[in-house]
Amino acid sequence: METLMEVGYLVALVCFVLGIKGMSDPATSNRGNLVLALGMGLAVLVTLFLPGLSNLPYILGSLVLGSVIGLRMSGQAKMTEMPQMVSLLNGFGGLAAALVALAEVVDLLYGEGLLRLLTQTSGMGSMGSYYLVFYIVTLMISLSVGGISFTGSVFAMAKLDGKVSGQPIRFPMQGLVTNGLLFAQVLLIVGMILAPTYAEPMVYLLFVLSLVYGVLFVMPIGGADMPVVISFLNSLTGLTAATTGLLFDNRAMLMGGVLVGASGVYLTVLMCKAMNRTLGAVLLGQFNASGGGAGREMNGQIREIGTYDAAVLLAYSSRVVVVPGYGMAVAQAQHPMHELEKLLVSKGVQCRYAIHPVAGRMPGHMNVLLAEADVSYDLLLEMEAINPEFPQTDVVVVVGANDVVNPAAETDPGSPVYGMPILKAYQAKNIIVIKRSMAAGYAGVENELFYDPKTRMLFGDAKAVLSELIQAVKGL
Amino acid sequence: MEWSLQDLPTLINSVLPHLYLLLLAVFLGIEVIGRVPQVLHTPLMSGSNALSGVVVVGSILLVGKAEQAPWPVLVLGCLSLVLATVNVVGGFAVTGRMLNMFRKKK
Repeated sequence: METLMEVGYLVALVCFVLGIKGMSDPATSNRGNLVLALGMGLAVLVTLFLPGLSNLPYILGSLVLGSVIGLRMSGQAKMTEMPQMVSLLNGFGGLAAALVALAEVVDLLYGEGLLRLLTQTSGMGSMGSYYLVFYIVTLMISLSVGGISFTGSVFAMAKLDGKVSGQPIRFPMQGLVTNGLLFAQVLLIVGMILAPTYAEPMVYLLFVLSLVYGVLFVMPIGGADMPVVISFLNSLTGLTAATTGLLFDNRAMLMGGVLVGASGVYLTVLMCKAMNRTLGAVLLGQFNASGGGAGREMNGQIREIGTYDAAVLLAYSSRVVVVPGYGMAVAQAQHPMHELEKLLVSKGVQCRYAIHPVAGRMPGHMNVLLAEADVSYDLLLEMEAINPEFPQTDVVVVVGANDVVNPAAETDPGSPVYGMPILKAYQAKNIIVIKRSMAAGYAGVENELFYDPKTRMLFGDAKAVLSELIQAVKGL
Repeated sequence: MEWSLQDLPTLINSVLPHLYLLLLAVFLGIEVIGRVPQVLHTPLMSGSNALSGVVVVGSILLVGKAEQAPWPVLVLGCLSLVLATVNVVGGFAVTGRMLNMFRKKK
């Protein structure tokens, strides 16, 4: 039986690897997800048949309850809220790992855990001591990193949701406090080993500190960088899965966790590369730290345009490029956008979409939304493909995007967005910006494009404005 | 606790096989997503988020041995089991929904 289980875990692990592999290719991504889920199901099933497992009713009950909640949560989430959803789920995973570690601690202190551990290590001489230290360190890493991942993910979600300001939050001596907190956690773990008599309060203090640290860690990072943060926290949760695997001497958990941890970090680096930044700069919140250009005076004047004039401009041009951003997602404007696009095409206008790698709140966010609205895949052009075409473009329609078209990224070394590759919308002959207000973008930076003499602003909720535009174009 | 450096080689020997496995897994984790296109970053992250819920196995093992343990262990165990299951099931469901959006119009 034991052998069968080990084989089962091995198969599950192969599923994990093949699943991730499949998910990194568009042609096989759907199958990849299924294979991953299959592997996970197998790992759970094998565990359920482990000999000597008691409390089966509780286990099955919790599994069912968790599945029902998970399905409901995922079913109810809107496509625009996906990033928040992923973040919240990741937080749950982190908390689960932390609670497992906490329960282990309780068992060690009040149950038979310590006795078991000591029996196991007695007679092993200093090997036993090494083992004990290893056990404590692993357990505490699970507890602390799980806690960090939990509060960090929930705070990141709140930032994405707008419940907390997306602006970086700063306070005096922030670096000192944040790093000090991390250092204090390391000291606590060392303290537990050196003075086991006082271990219990130290464990609880460690858990509390990790929860606080999670929030402090995300605080100075701007809302635009949240996807990177979530991806990073995700790999931290993978790490806790790995340490939990070590505690339970379970290979499926250990290898699965390491796999997620490694690919998570690598994916995080890839995301940073897409924004032309380094992981270190993102995590230290340097995006906004430089801040020089943020307060720069904008000279020039905002020019508005009426719906009718905008409709005429669009209907009588030959090449139109739409630049969607988070504003479109918030306003749920992808459907009227697609309708306007079809209308323009029927009038002989070439109409395509320019997708910036980090438009929206997550890479691929805009693709998902526009796909939901049935926009044809070949109308979506990536940055490299569309950028050379802007000079020949008659009208660029910016729908709820901001930082990704900010020319300061190319011209103003003092600007926080400097160096980020942008969509060169400013090279087009006309630019129409659909925007709710003159508020700065997610990075908190003013946008020169709005003051460009070629730019016209069309203020209002993207969905409402686009619907009016559709009517106006129809009436021409 | 007793300490002696004599056991150090034994220790290293017992750790090495695991270290091999771990290092290989790290490289595998990186290689396996080597050339993922930008469009798939979000679904991939979501999928690996679901996978990090593999800690669900730990929760099961914890609850499963909690018979002789004090009741807080059982409570914490069940709570973590529910949370981990939400992470896994919700994670895969959300990923599936995202990927379905891509498939529709291709």
